[in-house]
Amino acid sequence: MEFALSEDQRLLQDSVVRVLGDVASLDNIRLAVDDVSKAESIEVALESLGVLQLIAPEDQGGLGLGLLDASLVQQAHGNFVASSRMLSTVMAIEMLKNSQKASLVSDIVNGKIRIAIGLSESTGARRDAGIYNIFGELNGKTLFSFDVLGATHILIADNDKNVHLIDLSSNFVSVSELDTIDRTRKFHEVVLASCPENPIEDTNLNGAILAGRLLLAADSLGVCETMLKRSVEYSLERKQFNRIIGSFQAVKHLCAEMVAKLEPARALVWHSAHAVDTDSEDSDVLVCLAKSHLSEVGTFIARTAIEVHGGMGFTDLLGLHYWFKRIGVNRQLLGSPENLREEAAKLQNWN
Amino acid sequence: MDLDLKPEYKEFRDKVLNLLEDARPNAPSMVDKGLKHPKRLEWQKWLIENGLAARTIPEEYGGYGATPDLLKSRIIAEAFAKTKLPGPLANQGISMLVPTLLELGTEEQKQSYIKPTLHGEMVWCQGYSEPGSGSDLASLSTSAEIDGDDYVINGQKIWTSTARQADMIFCLVRTEKDAPKHKGISYLLFSMESPGIEIRPLVDMTGEANFNEVFFTDVRVPRSSVVSGPGEGWKVANATLTHERGMLGDPNATKARFLAIVDIMKEETIDGQRLIDNPVFRDRLVSLQARVYAMQANGMRVTTCMLKKESPGIAGLIVKLVGCELNHELARLAIDAMGEIGVLYGKGKYLRDFGEWQAKYMYDLGLIIGGGTAQIQKNIISERGLGMPREPKPAV
Repeated sequence: MEFALSEDQRLLQDSVVRVLGDVASLDNIRLAVDDVSKAESIEVALESLGVLQLIAPEDQGGLGLGLLDASLVQQAHGNFVASSRMLSTVMAIEMLKNSQKASLVSDIVNGKIRIAIGLSESTGARRDAGIYNIFGELNGKTLFSFDVLGATHILIADNDKNVHLIDLSSNFVSVSELDTIDRTRKFHEVVLASCPENPIEDTNLNGAILAGRLLLAADSLGVCETMLKRSVEYSLERKQFNRIIGSFQAVKHLCAEMVAKLEPARALVWHSAHAVDTDSEDSDVLVCLAKSHLSEVGTFIARTAIEVHGGMGFTDLLGLHYWFKRIGVNRQLLGSPENLREEAAKLQNWN
Repeated sequence: MDLDLKPEYKEFRDKVLNLLEDARPNAPSMVDKGLKHPKRLEWQKWLIENGLAARTIPEEYGGYGATPDLLKSRIIAEAFAKTKLPGPLANQGISMLVPTLLELGTEEQKQSYIKPTLHGEMVWCQGYSEPGSGSDLASLSTSAEIDGDDYVINGQKIWTSTARQADMIFCLVRTEKDAPKHKGISYLLFSMESPGIEIRPLVDMTGEANFNEVFFTDVRVPRSSVVSGPGEGWKVANATLTHERGMLGDPNATKARFLAIVDIMKEETIDGQRLIDNPVFRDRLVSLQARVYAMQANGMRVTTCMLKKESPGIAGLIVKLVGCELNHELARLAIDAMGEIGVLYGKGKYLRDFGEWQAKYMYDLGLIIGGGTAQIQKNIISERGLGMPREPKPAV
C-alpha cells in the first residue's frame, strides 16, 4: 500500500506550477480578465505542457495519464486562478473515449476540434433551462457552458440525457456570455433553435460529470492552498500594536483552522481521484463527497483568508478576491454541496 | 498511489480474521467489567501470544517481538473493527509509558515494568496536570526533594484517570527548584500504595468519576525511580505526549463510530420514517461522512510517510485537533437522530446502547480539552506547521 504522489506526479505538478509562475502572475491575471489575447497566452503556455493531451489514451495520441494526474494539474490552475481548456477537454474525452465517435478523441488531441461542454442541466436544471429534442430537432438552452470561447463544437446533453455534438458555427446556435463573479473564467449560455440533432451513441455522461466534479474539487484545493499561503505570508509582514499580526493567537488560530481543514481535504481529493482511476465501486460516492467537501472547506478558507488580510483583503489591490470568487463559482458548478450530498446518499441507498 | 494489498498482506489479513473469528467465544463482553477482570487479562494474553497486541515489543519484555510493519498493524486494527471484537488493552500504561520506557528507560525499569503492564496486570496512572498547571504544564509545582536515597514528594495532581485502580504512577515533579521551568522537572515512577498518597474522585459532567485528584504528603520514593535522569522530565514527558496525541485522533475509531451512526439512523424512526430517509438528517450524515473519509485518507497518507520514514508534517499535527472534534460532532448527530430518546441517560427501558452516546458526547468534549487543548493544538499547528511565531512573553 502506498498513499502518496509518485515522483513523476510531483514533477508534473511542479512543472505546471513553474510555468504558471512565469505567465500567470496576478498582474497577468488582471489583464487576462478583460483582454482575450492575454488570456490566450496563458492558455497557450498551458497547452504547450500538454494539458489537452494528458488523459487521452496513448493509442489516440494522448499521454495516457489518469485523473489523479489531471487533478494535480488542475490544482496548479487553481493556485494561480489560471484557466485553460483542460476541464472541458478532460470531460469531452471521458465522454467520447468509449463512444461510437471515439475517433473524435484524436481530433481533440491534435487540436483539429476544440470542444466546449454544456452539461449543467444534467446535474440540475434551473428554471427555463434545458434542451428538448422534438422529432430530431433540438430546442432550448443550456446555461453555464464551459470553454465556449475558442471552441469549434460543444457537447450538449438534452433533457433525456442523450449527448449531441453541435457545431458552434451553425446557424441554429447562438451564444452569449454570462457574467459571473469569477472573471478568471468565462461561462456562456448556448441557445439552440431548431437545431438538427446529432446524437452520439454510447457516450459516458456519468464519467464526464465525475471527471468534471473531481477537477473542480482539485481546482478549489489549489485555490485554497494559495489563499492560506498568502494569509500566512501577510500575517508575518503586517504589523499592528507594534507586533506582526501573525504573532497574535487570534490570527494564528485562524490559520491553523484553515490548514487543519485543508490537509485532510487534499487526501480526500487524492483518494477519490485514485478511486476513479482504478474503477473502484465507491468512486461515484467519493467524488460527490470530495466535491461537496472541497466546496465547504473552500468557502471557509476563502472567507477566513480575506479576514486574516483585514481591510486589505477586501480591496481590489491585493487581488485576493479573484481566488474568493473562483471558490464561489466552483462551489455551484456541476452540483452544489447540498445536491451532491443528496446524490451521495442516494448512491448509498439512503433515501 | 496503490491502495491494494500485496498477496502476503492479503494472506495476513485473512489469517488474522480467521484467528479472531475462532477466538470469538473467549472474548470478554461489556458485562465483564473491571480493568483486571480475569476474562480481560486472559484475552489480552491470548492477543499478545498471537501477535495481535504488543506486536512489535521485544519478547524479552513480554511483547510478541515482531519487526515493525505499519501495514500489518493497520490490518490488525481493521480486523478488530470489522469483527467488532474487543481490541488490545489501550490504557495509559501501555500506550504512553511503555513506548517511553522502551526509548528512555533503564534496563532494570524495562524488565520490571513493561511485561506486567502489557499483560494488564500492572495498571498505571499519569501524574501530569496540576490545578495551577494545565496548558502551561511546565509550570508544575509538585516538589520532590532529595533526602538520602529517596525523593520526598509533596503537592497535588489533577485529571488523573484510573488513579483508584492504578498500581503505579508515572509522575512529573519539580526536582530542581531554581532551574528554568523546563529544566527542573523529573519523571518518576512509583507505587500508588506509597504512604502519603490520598485520592479524591473527581466527578465530571458525565456523572462518573472518570478522573481523580491525587494528593502527595511526604511521599518517599527511591531516587532510582527517575526515568532518564533528574531534570530530564520535560523531554521524557514530551515523548509520552506524542504517543497520547496519536492515540486520541485514530481515524479507524472515527470510521467505526460513523458506521454505528449509519446503523442507528437505519433503525431509529420518527413518525414511522427512518432517520436515514429524512433529508435533513441525511445531509448532516453525508456531510460528516466526507470529513470522516477525509481523515481516513489523511491517516493513510500519514501511515505511508511513516512507512517511508518521512515526516508526515502538518498532516500529522492536525490529527488530534480534527479527530477529536469530528468524534464529538458524530456523537451529536447520533443523539439528534434519536431525538428525545437521545437524552435518556442512566437506566431505563427506552435507553439505546446503554446511553453511551450521551456519555461519549460529554466525555469527548473532555478529550478536546485534554491531551493539549484545541487551542494549544492550534498553537502547535501554526508554529511548527506554518512557521508562525510564538506569542511574545508579556513584559513583567
